[in-house]
Amino acid sequence: MTFASTAVRTVYQAAFNSLERPLLFVQNLVGMRRVAWMFLLPNLVIFGAFTFLPIILNYFYATTGSDAILLSQRPYVGAENFRTLLACKDYLDPNTCQQDIFWRAIHNTAKFVVLQVGLMIVFSLVTALILNRDIVLRGFFRGVFFYPVLLSPVVVALIWKWVLQRYGLLNAGLEEAGLSSVNWLVDANWSFFWIVFVTIWAHMGFYVLILLAGLQAIPSDVYEAAEMDGASKWRVFYRITLPLLTPTMVVVLVLSLIRAVQAFDEIFVLTGGGPGTATTLILHYIYETGFAARPRLFGLAAAASILMAAVLMVLTLLQLAVTRSRAEG
Amino acid sequence: MATVLNFLTRRRGRHGFDLTDWLSWAYLVFGTVLMFGPVLWVVLSSFKTDAALAQYPPTLLPFAAKTVAVEGYDKPLELYRITGGEYQGRHLAEIRRIGLVAQMVDPAEPDKRLKVNIKDRQPEQALAFAVSNYTELFSRFNFARYLWNSVFITVVATVITVLFNSMAAFALAKYKFRGRTAVFLLIIATLMIPPTINLVPIFLVVSKLGMVNSPWGVIWPAVATPTGVFLLRQYMLTIPDDLLDAARMDHASEWRVYWRIVMPLSAPAIAVLTIFSVMWRWNDFLWPLIVLTRSEQFTLQLALNSFQGELQTNWSHLLAMTVLTLLPITFVFAFLQKYITTGIAQSGVK
Amino acid sequence: MAALELEGVVKDYAGVRAIHGIDLKVEDGDFCVFVGPSGCGKSTLLRMIAGLEDITGGELRIDRVRVNEQRASERGLAMVFQTYALYPHMTVWENLAFGLENIRTPKAEIKERVTRAARMLQIEEFLGRRPKQLSGGQRQRVAIGRAVVREPRVFLFDEPLSNLDAELRVAMRREISALHRRLGNTMIYVTHDQVEAMTMADRIVVLKAGRVEQYGTPLHLYNEPANQFVAGFIGSPRMNFIDAVVDGTDAGKVTVRDAAGQAYEVSVDGSGISPGQEVTVGIRPEHLEVGGDKGHPVSVQSIEQLGGQSFLYCETPDGTQLTAHFVGQTSMRRGDKAHATFRRSFMHLFRKSDGKALKRLEIGEAAI
Repeated sequence: MTFASTAVRTVYQAAFNSLERPLLFVQNLVGMRRVAWMFLLPNLVIFGAFTFLPIILNYFYATTGSDAILLSQRPYVGAENFRTLLACKDYLDPNTCQQDIFWRAIHNTAKFVVLQVGLMIVFSLVTALILNRDIVLRGFFRGVFFYPVLLSPVVVALIWKWVLQRYGLLNAGLEEAGLSSVNWLVDANWSFFWIVFVTIWAHMGFYVLILLAGLQAIPSDVYEAAEMDGASKWRVFYRITLPLLTPTMVVVLVLSLIRAVQAFDEIFVLTGGGPGTATTLILHYIYETGFAARPRLFGLAAAASILMAAVLMVLTLLQLAVTRSRAEG
Repeated sequence: MATVLNFLTRRRGRHGFDLTDWLSWAYLVFGTVLMFGPVLWVVLSSFKTDAALAQYPPTLLPFAAKTVAVEGYDKPLELYRITGGEYQGRHLAEIRRIGLVAQMVDPAEPDKRLKVNIKDRQPEQALAFAVSNYTELFSRFNFARYLWNSVFITVVATVITVLFNSMAAFALAKYKFRGRTAVFLLIIATLMIPPTINLVPIFLVVSKLGMVNSPWGVIWPAVATPTGVFLLRQYMLTIPDDLLDAARMDHASEWRVYWRIVMPLSAPAIAVLTIFSVMWRWNDFLWPLIVLTRSEQFTLQLALNSFQGELQTNWSHLLAMTVLTLLPITFVFAFLQKYITTGIAQSGVK
Repeated sequence: MAALELEGVVKDYAGVRAIHGIDLKVEDGDFCVFVGPSGCGKSTLLRMIAGLEDITGGELRIDRVRVNEQRASERGLAMVFQTYALYPHMTVWENLAFGLENIRTPKAEIKERVTRAARMLQIEEFLGRRPKQLSGGQRQRVAIGRAVVREPRVFLFDEPLSNLDAELRVAMRREISALHRRLGNTMIYVTHDQVEAMTMADRIVVLKAGRVEQYGTPLHLYNEPANQFVAGFIGSPRMNFIDAVVDGTDAGKVTVRDAAGQAYEVSVDGSGISPGQEVTVGIRPEHLEVGGDKGHPVSVQSIEQLGGQSFLYCETPDGTQLTAHFVGQTSMRRGDKAHATFRRSFMHLFRKSDGKALKRLEIGEAAI
């Protein structure tokens, strides 16, 4: 350990020494007043190239056609891409739309977001409340629920794919119990159920953690005062815990909404969007249209992502407003 | 037993153990099975031979047919227990199978061939860990390559992330200059625009820079995280300005103030960002999927994905690879759980 | 070792002037204390000298060389901060050595200087510890040690004792004075505590609202405060003030009357005032004698007896509050009627219009 820390120290020192002279030179060149920009520059350059510039470019892609990646080779088509996406006789029936997969993806995403976020909140709240109780091994159980959060989406999907396969653990268990087995990921309804289940399984621990922090921020003397007032357990929950936890709940709601709208990785590996388009969500459509399918319809993908960005923007502004009011309140 | 029960029902409060406590316990035990069960199942399965994997219903532990070396035969023969007929109760090895009858031999008497109806016998099985699933990842598949790609991207991206983000955070936390608020708001605003929205134009920038099919195409777009800048800035605000002034009085250049005073004192926040960054880059999927199309550039996640997408899924190796991929994160989790959980609880980011 | 000169030094914060043209000359080897109420600009002035704040206007010279444009690290000064500002991630030894390493001092010399400073400040046994493991007094020594090893031209102290308890503060006061005697460096010391200023300073600068009110030796400030603010700020308990009107001016004395018609004789130069003008009479509590049956009648409001010394809080017939401080004990009680004696050689007189003091012709304090 000491050897390792000495090694780290040496590398750290060497890195410092090699950078000091040039940076000192820059510092003297720009003067103390502008030295802050010297520290900001690397981050801003990266931001500029990979965040700010792409935001602007996205609009150029959305308004141009063809499968060329270079903007100079792309003809201007105006709002054509948006028109293509939005061309629909009946928005509730994807079959009447020109881009029927896009609308199926939107329908699926809406259904997914409502189900997944709703169930996520219920289960993470229940788990957080239980973990907040005075129970031995609390730290262990907290770890249990948090562990899947760290796993990569691909790993999560493969784990469940293995459990859910035709001759997997779950079917074996069902047959053992005298029930018939199901081909889980081939049936449209079941595979939708499983993408909701698996994404909750994978991300619940994160929200449990935030809710637990919120629960622990409620001062214990409030509970003691309620006890002195003779409040019952349920009353304490409804009149004290829940109202005081509301700000945290809103944070969890908004964060999970933002994530759910962008869900992709686990589902892509678990079901590949199938069977058919039963589990194809909006980001999956963007990926397929822009990168997987030939020809690559960058314009359509960019237009779809701008529509998605609009939704996310609203959700994020909501989050910022909530976080701010929580910080102030 | 009584002491165990006593331990499990122990509470810090004054009240006894009631119904809600039992329900809580039931929930937690069920939750533990649901959370850890599938992972454990994958780990156990990854040690099974192809034959054992194909077995249905599956056994919990990895079993393989017991074999025995018999004099006069080149290969070891599979061992069976005879359950009926003439040789009931004996242990025989199979030479070959013809229709419903198997030619078998008693290892003790290698010269005599015995005929047994296959209904009258049961294979002898023994616990056997198919370590070859793992070793073959290195010998037959390009696993070492994928591992190296993942490690390279994770380590390099994390070092750059910590360096660049902390420099920016330092400037935003410790200098007063015109445009400071504007820059900070601009960085925070990008939290609203996750990279998933700009896939197409980021791909253009990356390809213009010639970084398609290069690990740098994954690294550079990922390093300027607004989360990291925000996290570190908030922490650095708590470092007293007097310390920086003291260092300046001690002849320290601004770079030295940052490197020798601010960085070491921000160690807790930097640790959190390091862990986050390792998690982010190790688990990254969509962006590498777009940028890295040649299999020799694949990260572990991409390799896993392409493996499972093949027509005949090779589960024995896929499961072993899955276990190796989740292993580092599991170690990180086991040793740094406290750091990670407090980091997330405080910053509300993942 | 260095002399320090400020000429018309000015500081603006976002267009608001915080320091109004300070002129000051600190002699080489002087222990100079900046004192004033909080918000008077004393810390800002110190930080400008240190190079941690820009100088908006005027000129700062160290050894006759203009240093306005030099960065903090180039001015060759060392500073002890109010919060100590010890680097929490370094041991005491590393704290002391950091500044020397920054200017690439040879290792052997660093070792020698750190050891010497540690011995002088009696912190040798803590050299391997982190600041967190030290008591307040020990941290204070380390902070001073960090300045000492640098062998700076000028030492700067920014309220270094305000985080210590009363007893330790007295001890550290004497140690810093002893340090100054031993090293002989120029030192500039900022404090809001006039006791610290009086006990440690060669010269005191009294500041108020970004302006110098008076500059001089401690006793000069005590005996001949330039105005009512300095008179009230220096000395504890505070000087008693009585509003009055000039009755007449003679050679060597001025006679004034308070609202109740009581007359006071003050031995000051009356050439600057004329009868009818409003003034304020000042007398320090230690010079006010209460007792006997001659003098101005007062009633005793409350008494504090400390055993070795006593404080009497009295009220004059016109309602002015007076404090008397004397050595020993008293048999007086609350509510007693008594008489107060105002000796003219101990009294001060200030013009009401601008607070300026009239020149004292007799200085009773100096005569004792």
